[in-house]
Amino acid sequence: MPKPTVALFVTCLVDMFRPSVAFATIKLLEQAGCRVEVPAAQTCCGQPAWNSGDTKTARSIARQVIAAFEGFDHVVAPSGSCGATIAKDYAQMFEAGDPWAERARALGAKTHEITSFLSDVMGVQGVTARLEAHATYHDSCSGLRSLGVREQPRALLGTVEGLKLTEMKESEVCCGFGGTFCVKYPEISNAMVGDKTRNAADTGAELLLAGDLGCLMNMAGKASREGRPMKARHVVEVLAGMTDTPAIGEGE
Amino acid sequence: MSHAHPTTPAFKSNAHDALANANLQTALRNARGHFVDKRTAAAARVDTFEQIRDAGREMKNHTLAHLDLYLEEYEARVTAAGGHVHWAETAEDARRIVLEICRSVDAKTVNKGKTMISEECGINDHLAANGITPVETDLGEYIIQLRHEAPSHIIAPAVHVTVPEIEAAFRKAHSHLPPDRDLSDNATLQMEARRILREKYFQAEVGITGANMLIAETGQSVIVTNEGNGDLSQSLPRVHIVMASLEKLVPTLDDASTVLRLLARSATGQDMSVYTTFSSGPRRTQDPDGPEEYHVVLLDNGRSNMVGTEFQEMLRCIRCGACMNHCPVYQAVGGHAYGWVYPGPMGAVLTPSLIGVEEGGQLPNASTFCGRCESVCPMKIPLPKMMRHWREREFEKRLTPSAARYGIALWAFFARRPALYRFGTRLGMKALRRMAGGRGRLASLPLGGGWTGQRDFPAPQGKTFMDQWKEKRG
Repeated sequence: MPKPTVALFVTCLVDMFRPSVAFATIKLLEQAGCRVEVPAAQTCCGQPAWNSGDTKTARSIARQVIAAFEGFDHVVAPSGSCGATIAKDYAQMFEAGDPWAERARALGAKTHEITSFLSDVMGVQGVTARLEAHATYHDSCSGLRSLGVREQPRALLGTVEGLKLTEMKESEVCCGFGGTFCVKYPEISNAMVGDKTRNAADTGAELLLAGDLGCLMNMAGKASREGRPMKARHVVEVLAGMTDTPAIGEGE
Repeated sequence: MSHAHPTTPAFKSNAHDALANANLQTALRNARGHFVDKRTAAAARVDTFEQIRDAGREMKNHTLAHLDLYLEEYEARVTAAGGHVHWAETAEDARRIVLEICRSVDAKTVNKGKTMISEECGINDHLAANGITPVETDLGEYIIQLRHEAPSHIIAPAVHVTVPEIEAAFRKAHSHLPPDRDLSDNATLQMEARRILREKYFQAEVGITGANMLIAETGQSVIVTNEGNGDLSQSLPRVHIVMASLEKLVPTLDDASTVLRLLARSATGQDMSVYTTFSSGPRRTQDPDGPEEYHVVLLDNGRSNMVGTEFQEMLRCIRCGACMNHCPVYQAVGGHAYGWVYPGPMGAVLTPSLIGVEEGGQLPNASTFCGRCESVCPMKIPLPKMMRHWREREFEKRLTPSAARYGIALWAFFARRPALYRFGTRLGMKALRRMAGGRGRLASLPLGGGWTGQRDFPAPQGKTFMDQWKEKRG
């Protein structure tokens, strides 16, 4: 069987702030037997405009993404949030009868969040990584509720040698990031992320994992401000065995 | 706070005050796990809970598609049973109708079983202004009436109040209480309220209740309570007024049972509420008790304008409060921050529908779109999707704050031009990295005070991924 060609949707936050997440994703995809390509025309999925009610702008960016990614076997993002925008929201942006609606639907059907792609599409049962650490996992909202990402990252993390995973209280409650929410309502966002870092710390874990860089930057930034000795990493960094880089927000 | 004057546009400053209110934060923390865990357990006790949710959704969609027919049938049944249906297009109409009925029997006191519609219409203030004393008989409502507050939750109106605050309110209002009497726990507080309210039940000439449902097939109104106060409020006075909005209609008794199977489980995590009361009009000649007159005030107040729009699905709401119980924003700031009758996610959709997006536009923005509300809504109302529709309307009307509009426009300009975007992100990340100076994070950020006020901002790792990839792959 020929190798499936997977287009990597990098996500704007990963591109700018944490390229190691994209490299880890590529490594995992290649380990799973995929050929990976990174379409050069990508910037952002358009979610900020879509969630702000600027549908016209969101649509124009969606068209750009659809054109750049529709030729591949699969599209994979290291993010449930951006993944859900492409997989679920794009189809809603276009009126029925608009030819872009069908192209959006078709692209959506082959777009996946990375851990769900590895488990559900490629049938990956485990990884070869090793990390002596005690971790807890935060369920980022879009991945959990729009894409059904819940067991997949946990199952894969369960195969990382040396890793102990403890569930935190209210792991499925929003961390308060919410894209522009965290800057529009900083006080409420702060209360929410404060609950999150406390719940995470209460597990005794020193490593906080999640599948979305937005949530991770929010939680890492709060933990750092609170002086908590907690590191935050994207789940793919652990799965790919690429944890030699400083954690999110950690100095060199 | 009076619900006649919404403070909805002040959501942000209301939220600021709420976060700084230690008593409120204690009360919200106490309530938090309670509702969530009980709902989860109650749903798990029914194998077919998901199927019941689907059945409820389909039933309500069908009802809304034929609302005119079912309303006609309902009115005919009520009339045949000797009751009266009054159509109130606006809150003002409802106030006028209720006052006229009260005056027709020369009422001095009106007892009330909890009704959000009466909050929506400002009935209490209106009656009081016209010399009639409204008495809330639900314990929570009674507490907030003594505190001169509005409900902060649609099923737990006093969820924002702590026990010491209730004790203080009782000592102030019940001036006969000996100072050494212990009122420090729930049970003694309940007994004290019960003693006072028992007397009130026999004084009122009129009883006003809400309705969890109106049944077209039988012309009945249904209320659920856990205290039995609804029954006493409606069966002891001479006149019973039901205040309900028109989307509370269900076609048949069977359909009512579908809603009842969802309602308490979603709301309080009970399999059923303690009291479920079906009212079928005024007392008949052979009945030993019951009201002599039975009136239904059927409120529209903007709801019929939602039919046929992207907000129609909101009319499936059965007012269980599960969305607010599970909403992390509601959990952080409580119901009063929302500034009008309906808080939380359901309020974020319903409030702009009822008082206009100009007034209520803050509310659909105050959500992270985490989707937890939709996942627990017994009627599967796509709440985040509808909040987004409100944001869309705001954007079209140019009500979105200009900083956000320009921000999106600037970002979109670059996002549509990948080469320029690469150039911009390359420079931007370089600058941020320099500012972080190897510390991996920034304690303050130009124009980013919203973030860095209480959080550090993680610095970029190095060159952008796209630059690194280009170097690697050429």
